Order: sequence, then structure tokens, then C-alpha cells
Amino acid sequence: MYRYTDFDAGFVAERNRQFRAQVARRIDGSLTEDEFKPLRLMNGLYLQLHAYMLRVAIPYGTLDSRQMRQLAQIAERWDKGYGHFTTRQNIQFNWPVLGDVPDILDALAEVEMHAIQTSGNTIRNVTADHFAGAAADEVADPRPVAELIRQWSTDHPEFQFLPRKFKIAVTGSPADRAVTAAHDIGLRIVRAADGGIAYQVLVGGGLGRTPMIGKVLHDALPEADLLPYLEAIVSVWNLLGRRDNKYKARIKITVHEHGIDEIRRLVEARFAETRAAFSGIDQVMLAGIRAAFAPPAFRDAPVDAYHAARDADPVFRAWTDSNLAAHRAEGYAIVQVSLKAHGATPGDASALQMRVLADVAERYGHDELRISHEQNVVLPHVHLSDLPALHAILRAHGLGTANIGKVSDIIACPGMDYCALATARSIPVAQEIALRFDALKIEHQVGDLKIKISGCINACGHHHVGHIGILGLDRAGVENYQITLGGDQGPDAALGQRTGPGFSADEIVPAVERIVETYLAERAGAEEDFLATFRRIGMAPFKAALYDAPDKEARADAA
Amino acid sequence: MSVIVTDAGFGPDTHSPDPRSGEAVTMPSDTAPEALDAALGAEMVVIDFPSSADGRGFTLARLLRLRGYRGRLRARGHVIADQYAMARRAGFDEVEIDDALAARQPEDQWRLRADWQAHDYQARLRG
Repeated sequence: MYRYTDFDAGFVAERNRQFRAQVARRIDGSLTEDEFKPLRLMNGLYLQLHAYMLRVAIPYGTLDSRQMRQLAQIAERWDKGYGHFTTRQNIQFNWPVLGDVPDILDALAEVEMHAIQTSGNTIRNVTADHFAGAAADEVADPRPVAELIRQWSTDHPEFQFLPRKFKIAVTGSPADRAVTAAHDIGLRIVRAADGGIAYQVLVGGGLGRTPMIGKVLHDALPEADLLPYLEAIVSVWNLLGRRDNKYKARIKITVHEHGIDEIRRLVEARFAETRAAFSGIDQVMLAGIRAAFAPPAFRDAPVDAYHAARDADPVFRAWTDSNLAAHRAEGYAIVQVSLKAHGATPGDASALQMRVLADVAERYGHDELRISHEQNVVLPHVHLSDLPALHAILRAHGLGTANIGKVSDIIACPGMDYCALATARSIPVAQEIALRFDALKIEHQVGDLKIKISGCINACGHHHVGHIGILGLDRAGVENYQITLGGDQGPDAALGQRTGPGFSADEIVPAVERIVETYLAERAGAEEDFLATFRRIGMAPFKAALYDAPDKEARADAA
Repeated sequence: MSVIVTDAGFGPDTHSPDPRSGEAVTMPSDTAPEALDAALGAEMVVIDFPSSADGRGFTLARLLRLRGYRGRLRARGHVIADQYAMARRAGFDEVEIDDALAARQPEDQWRLRADWQAHDYQARLRG
């Protein structure tokens, strides 16, 4: 893992000192509220429905046991004993007091963490594949370049007051577990013609009220050109992006209005200027960063205990069937720890659970943890022989749910329970769906199915790319939930299509159930997952199940 | 009246050439990048900041410097002390603020940001 250099540590300490002074200067009137707002946002501090919320970056989703324990400590000392992991590899604390925030930031700095640029009209926390450095299917580990981009974008003097927020994600795998096509810039590491690596650069993706899939700006950007190329893109958008209407300010709208070819022409011209300012030293630094991400020393040990436990314990077997992914090293697995216990708040972890995760990472996981954009925790390197003991500990702390990728592994935004922007509740809907399918006992029969729920049009729950997407709206004071089907977050990213009129809070869970029943009835076999079935049969059978049946019942009632 | 902020702190405006002389060029924050080239030979360029939330001026300054502008470069308007280091790093020599802002954010708040060359990630990465 990357360790802070003296420069990084000095930067964060100075930044925290500045923020402490900014809070004091807001109180003494030196800063107006309008001036202070972007400053607190670029330090991760939001004003929410009930209180301030502090969003802490977990750069490229990677942390170690020491850092996880510090998050637990912060949750207990300054919050209500829990934290919420988000879809962009951050953790949010929902109840800090403004005056405590500088101390929280100092506590984060003690373990090489920060909340810089997790909000505001800045380049946000750079996200990456949560299986980075472990996945069997990887071209290259995306974390070194994500760290390089973190450094380049941090306090970038041109890009602290952009037209709107700006999100970058990197994947090193063709499987694209970083949802790169839904980011302002998505980077996909590809094999270059000379055997080295290059970047496919996507631009203008994003969800929100105007969802767009990113377009290819460059098919194979040479590795050494990355920072000046990124600088050219953001420079072009900083001047060209609309500042008259915040809903049209994101780069996806700029790309849409000017066309990808014109944007490419402008970026190439700007790149000719920005390129000249880079000496190439960034590539030397990248090599140093890459060395810090060298894989741990994997051990060679028998795996008999793992197979014996699978044969003996059906609960363990079910968990390994759903929560493990293929590791590149012989005898190892990637473990996903579900933060989606049926009926719990998706993405929440208590301080005790964070400590348990830190302990098992230290004991069984080469001291590494990851946060996935699906709001789960990943132990990227676990030897198979350690899995029975690991599973027993996780189960004892409500962390053993065997539902990764299943109906109840739902992404949900905080919704009206926390968020000032929300128009409907999300968390209770997620909880009810999870409990319903757990009661039906058909989750494992249904297989891979991603449900994503947003409590407003801003789409923090990524509903557009859910296989089943749910969008909660306010219709004349009543919650109404629209459903989309067929969204896909993967390499062939696609936006879901609306089924038709929305459903009330009482109707939404039965509606999801009818969709799943339709899938089970229509699928060609257990191997055909929901998305494949939807692509084959289209919307019509689902529409019929959603809208025709109640009419029949209504007619029957009337008769 | 206005105050000129440099690394040395607050000072009077001693550099403003007469705008009618053609030696100083003033540009709004929505200046198109291709329009910058006309100013490359000026003695002084002033870029307006209508609001501290409008970051376009930083990119305009950087482009002027990338294109070889060597004259005096001033950021004028609603620039706050917290943006002083950004302005300097982007290529500005100085910031011009009005008396009201100078009273609300006195000199010591700006001087705390005068050491803009420290803690600069981009300078490290560019080499």
C-alpha cells in the first residue's frame, strides 16, 4: 500500500490548519457564508437535513487495519457509533458538530487519511476497481495511477472552483468494476501495441437528472501523456462548461452540446499546450508509487480445511458460493463482506464491526481492506484455509450475510432519512425488499440481480445502471417510485428503461416481486441471469406483469 | 479605492497604466481562450473575478503563461485570501481587492497564504 511521503503528511497538516482557521474566520465574519460554503465543501463538510455530514475519502477504496480502527474511533468519539460507506469509496459521518470537525480531520491525518475534495465543485476522490491488485482478470493495478491522479488533482490551483463537481474512476480490468462509463472521466487501462499499457479515456458519463454513458475521447492514450491530457480536458471544460445553470454545468452536458468530435479537437489543441509544461518527472514518481503497491507475499499452504468445511457446513458453502471472487494467486480468494444484512441500512457499519473488520484483515488478509462502490467491504487477499475461521468471526458480528450480487445486495442512497435533496425514502425500501426476498427464500435461485435505489433525481443510488432501478419522487406530497429495467454498470454500460407509471410506497415491494417472478418464469435456464433475460425478451412481459394484473384484479373486484 | 496584495502583503496600486494607453488589457472571466493571444504583448493584463466561486480566471491566467505572456498579471475583484496561493500558482503576480474586502479579510489573513510555493503538488509533478 501507498504510504504518505513527508510531502503528503505536510500537505494534509497544513490543509487542516487552514480549515481550522477558516471555521474560526467564518465565525468572526471574515468569511461570508457564500465564501465559506465552497471551502467547507472542498474539505468534505456538507450541511444535511438534520446536521453537518463529513465525507471522508478512502482513496481508490484501499485502507488498512490501522485506518479502519481510526474510523471506528471517530464514529464513537464524534458521531453516533457508526459510519456509512458510499458508492464512491467514501465513508460518511452523519452527526459531527462543526466545532469538532478540525479535530476529526487531525485524527484522520494521524492515519494518512483526509476529507479533501470529497465534495464541492472540485475533482473528487478518485475511485478504482475494488478488486485492484487481486483480481485474476486484471491488465494492471489501477491504484498507482489513481494515486498519481489524487496528487495531481489535490488543491490544483485551476480546478478548485469548477463549473460543477468532477468525478474520475479507473479500472484495470476489462470487467470494469469501477463504473467508469458513468463518470466525468473514466479511464480503462488497456494493453498498448508495444506491450506496455495505455488508457482508454471516456468522457461525459454521469447519472443524475440527465444520465449519459461516457463517450470514448481517446482509444489508447500513451501512459506518459495522462496528466497533461487530464489537465487539458478539465481546462477546456472549466472555460466552456456552463455556469448559468447548475443542472447543465456537468461535462456530460458540455460534451452533449458541443459533440464529442469538437471536444476532442479542443482537448487535443489544449493538450499541445499543457504537455509542454510536464518534464516527465511524474512518470518517475508513478514508478515509485507502483513499487508501493507491490503485492503481499502470498503463502503456499494446503487448502484441505477449506474443502472440508464446504462439505460439512451448508451455511459456509452458501457464503463461499456468493461472496468469493477469483484471486490471481493460487490458493487465495477475494472475500466480499456484505454490509447488506437483511433489514439493515445498506452500507452502514458500526464501530464494533469496523474493528472486527480491521482485526480479520490483520489476521487473515495481509492487512488490506477495500470499500466497494456497491457499499460492501472487501478483503482482497485471503488464503482459502483461513476462510472457515474468518466466516465464523464475521457471522458472529452480523457480517456473514451470503448475498453478494443478489437481490438484497442493494445500493441505496441515504434518501429522505438524511438527505436535504431527497424527495422520497430509499433505505426503508431497500430494507423491505431485502426482508421480503429473504422471507421468500428465493434469493439464491434468482442469482445475479442488482437493485439500485435513489431517493431523488440526482441518482446517488445509481438507479439508472441497476438491473432493476428504483427512483423515489415526490408526487404532490406522496412518495412515488419509478422503476427502470435493464441498466448495466459493466463494460457495456447501459441506462435502464422506464417501465411506465410509478408505484406508491406500499406497492413498490410487490412490484419488484412481480418483476422477479416474471424473470424466473421467462428465463431460458438458471444460467441466464436477469439482465440476459431482459435483453432477450424485452420490456413487454415485465410491463404486462406490472400493469395488467392489478387491472384484472380491479375489474374482478368491480364485478 | 483598492488594495494590491502581493507576497509582501497589502500595498497601494502603483502599477496601473492608463487603460487608454493600450499597455494594460482588462479581460472578463468569460474571455474565450483564443482571445487571450491579443494580450500577449501587453505590459499588464487584468483578469476580472466577478465572484470567488468563478474559477475561470485561474485557467485564463495559466493559459496566458503557457502561451509565453511575461508581463504583469493581476487578478481583480472578488478573490478571497484562501485563493491567494491558487492565484499565484496559476500565474498571477498580484491580486486587487476593494477596501471593504480588505477590511473584512485583513492583511494577516493574506500573509498566511503568502508562502504559496510550499505544499504544491502540481509543481512536484511537473518538474
